[in-house]
Amino acid sequence: MELRKTYFADERRDDLKEIGQSRPRSDAFGHVTARTAFFADRTFPGTLHLKMVRSPHHHARIRAIDTSEAERHPGVVRVLTAKDVPHNLYTVLSLIQVGPEDEHVLAEEKVRWKGEAVVAVLAETPRAAFEGVAKVRIDYEPLPAVLDMEAALAPGAPLVNERHGGNYYHYDSGSSRKVRLGDVEDGFRQADHILEQTYASAPIEHAPTETTGCIVVPEGNERFTCYTNTQAMFFTLDNASIILQMPGHKLHMVGGTVGGGFGGKVDVIVEPIAILGSKLTGRPVSFIYGREEEMQISSPRAAERIVLKDGVTRDGRIVARQVHCYVDAGAYSRHSPYGTQKGAAHFPGPYTIPNVSIDSFCVYTNRTPSSAMRGFGVTIGDFALEVQMDKLARLIGMDPIEFRLINAYRDGDLKAHRQPTEGAALIECMQEASRVTNWPIADRFFELSSRTRRD
Amino acid sequence: MAKVAIRFLLNGSEKAEFVESGTTLLDVLREKLADFSPKGGCLQGTCGACSVLVDGEIRLACLTLAETCEGCTIETAGGLAKDGVLHPLQIAFADGFATQCGFCTGGMIVASKALLDRNPAPSREDVIEAISGNVCRCTGYEPIIGAVLAAARANSTNKA
Amino acid sequence: MALRHGRGVAAINYPTGMNLGGDPTQALVHSTPTGNFMVSLSSVDLGQGLKHIMAQLCAETIGVPTERVIVDTADTDTGPHCMGTFASRGTHRAGNAVIAASREARQVMLEVAATALEVNADDLDTDGQGNIHVKGAPSRAISIMDTALVAHFKQGRSISGRGIFLVPRSYPDAATGAMKPATCYAHACTVADVEVDDETGEVRVLAVKNVFEVGRALNPKIVEQQLVGGSWMGISHALYETTEPYYPSREHGPTDFNEYLMPGPGDLAQTETYVLERPAADGPYGAKGPGEMCANPQIPAIANAIFDAVGVRIDVMPITPERILKALLEKAAASPGAAS
Repeated sequence: MELRKTYFADERRDDLKEIGQSRPRSDAFGHVTARTAFFADRTFPGTLHLKMVRSPHHHARIRAIDTSEAERHPGVVRVLTAKDVPHNLYTVLSLIQVGPEDEHVLAEEKVRWKGEAVVAVLAETPRAAFEGVAKVRIDYEPLPAVLDMEAALAPGAPLVNERHGGNYYHYDSGSSRKVRLGDVEDGFRQADHILEQTYASAPIEHAPTETTGCIVVPEGNERFTCYTNTQAMFFTLDNASIILQMPGHKLHMVGGTVGGGFGGKVDVIVEPIAILGSKLTGRPVSFIYGREEEMQISSPRAAERIVLKDGVTRDGRIVARQVHCYVDAGAYSRHSPYGTQKGAAHFPGPYTIPNVSIDSFCVYTNRTPSSAMRGFGVTIGDFALEVQMDKLARLIGMDPIEFRLINAYRDGDLKAHRQPTEGAALIECMQEASRVTNWPIADRFFELSSRTRRD
Repeated sequence: MAKVAIRFLLNGSEKAEFVESGTTLLDVLREKLADFSPKGGCLQGTCGACSVLVDGEIRLACLTLAETCEGCTIETAGGLAKDGVLHPLQIAFADGFATQCGFCTGGMIVASKALLDRNPAPSREDVIEAISGNVCRCTGYEPIIGAVLAAARANSTNKA
Repeated sequence: MALRHGRGVAAINYPTGMNLGGDPTQALVHSTPTGNFMVSLSSVDLGQGLKHIMAQLCAETIGVPTERVIVDTADTDTGPHCMGTFASRGTHRAGNAVIAASREARQVMLEVAATALEVNADDLDTDGQGNIHVKGAPSRAISIMDTALVAHFKQGRSISGRGIFLVPRSYPDAATGAMKPATCYAHACTVADVEVDDETGEVRVLAVKNVFEVGRALNPKIVEQQLVGGSWMGISHALYETTEPYYPSREHGPTDFNEYLMPGPGDLAQTETYVLERPAADGPYGAKGPGEMCANPQIPAIANAIFDAVGVRIDVMPITPERILKALLEKAAASPGAAS
């Protein structure tokens, strides 16, 4: 890595003593000696292992659950169903007033995705727990499922989640988060070329080397210590407190050393049910995802479908950009209404465009609920935006870096969401990229600066 | 289930345990012997985080039955530092900023030790081959490859 | 049939911190009797080095070497609230909280030293090595260890500080979407070189040259770790990864690392990293969040490079050999007789 200190040198102090120094990481010794303690690197006598009975259907009514055979199975200590969970209906973002509660900790009445948790089995060994899981009998009535977003939004589609009254999240702005600046139709009329293209992605897994999990230990003072690899300690504590209807001072979360997160460990899925299991049995409980659960059960990065329609002039100005972004939330909200809104704020990308119209939709389908991942709300949008920029440049016969430099935002430019640009540095990144790759651009483009107001 | 008596040498010290037949070496190391240096990253034999050396050969502890290790010599990442002195690989991983979350690091170092023990002067391709069964999600592998090569160089310098 | 070379570019920006703000983080700092400093937090280190960066920020602000700072984090009984480690917010939000707490502790420390040296606290400075001296008179000095001892056992003062950082919540306007999503943005530009086998559709990323603007590289080697690992993940997203290869079908979903594809150590692109620093007005020593944005620009850069190489657009991620091959066959069918 090379630091390029000539850019913005007058905005920076480079005489600091610790900052800017590549001090050795204080955790390196623990890592290389494999002494760093992750949440699972501890044992407690009498620990029970929790394994989940999961829906084999994309969408089904639960007619009956029979746990009697599982409960009699050697080694099985306790079986939990929806009726054991004090506040079974929840949504994690209720803490920041993003509702409604739309997901069950353990399914009741219906399952809405293949893999949804229905019954938790606690046993003396992982093997006995798996055997107990196999002995739970659930009578399902399969229902029509909707697996893709277009079908979900079509009239007459099966309703995925009754709490939303439609297969999309209701923002205060309606079925989508809207951003409007100028008049896109007017912009399209000014354009020499219009290009409308559709981009899409499939779900992506975080794949941290350490799977999601926790170990809960009941303490003598009626408190519960939860060793967890959550990415957010109090977020987990507060959500567990709501779900378990247990005052927060009864809960003690310990963590902070995590084997990779990438956004996959913010959903608060394992902790509440493990704490409940510990409370009801009085014993330590370990609930750790297997790799197949991490890949197919834990929330992935959402699939997206993005339609971009741009108007561009012959001389390289983008005069209008219209965005329709559809985010596949799966069956429940988790963090998707937030991420969809973050996407709406991110479009139309780091370019100054006078006429913008953005609609971002959070769509429900009978799929694994999606949630946060590195680049949440933005990664797939950037794929769409930057491939579109390449197509536009070729359409008007312009160099793709020069085309971007013409449109790149600068300090003071008004963004689509009506904030003035501050601290821009896109132009300089492209100038440096051109230099280090010998990508030829005209000299006048090296004279541009993010700090110079647009004419 | 019947219990089986097993004895082996773990990082130089003798261990004897009664384990249920079918117990994995990983479970014995972690649950019974409190050596948490091998990690259960997948329990499927596909991530390498549980890599250990059994009689000098690299093995995935999650797929190795403990009873097959009777009388064997087992080395884990937790036993590589001797008397507080780090193994050259450990120094190279730390100096080379080759660890981020640290979860794969023990397995990576064990896999690399297996390589250096049989080939003290490996090529880049040899290193790639040696760690190709170990998943890292943080580093992009390049710093790890660099650290193994640096450790090999340091070893040869020390012996010269 | 041939291996065809292509080059593509992409440029991006990325917001630091939780979208629309409203995401506080707190820190507490106190000195031990011998002048080491303890930072108490509840922020989580996911492996990106958050704990170490918090120590460096505290050390810089107090004026001691980094090794004299201990970070105790992620125990809800002892650490004050943090919203969590996500949204590229750890360094920015927790860092600002640590700086605020460290400033308060530093002020008490200087007041204690001022009393001991019988000078005014405003006339004192630290040397970064563990000593406090009168500005312009380095010989009139007291060590931070002695200062802490004096504070504890003679003056009865607590060298400690509290810090919180909160970007106030913004609420989008329903009609226009007017809102303040973030206070600062990181930037990047990537140029990718690829080789596409037009017979098999296989892509090899030969090289990526990444330019990142991160506000301030607080610890350049730790920043490099993020940027290099992120670039690898971007390449992986572009070409390999999905839990549902035939989305929206749920069939054929991978359940292990043999089926979930990612580039292994033998599949690496030659990677070059260049870093620019334009300090953020509200960043800790100017830093922005680099952790997420560094994995984004490679994806479109590679897609554009593939088009440059073989003239087909794959607008669906991941860009698999199967999708490229289908597109090449469709292109050939559309222009019969044209040599590929």
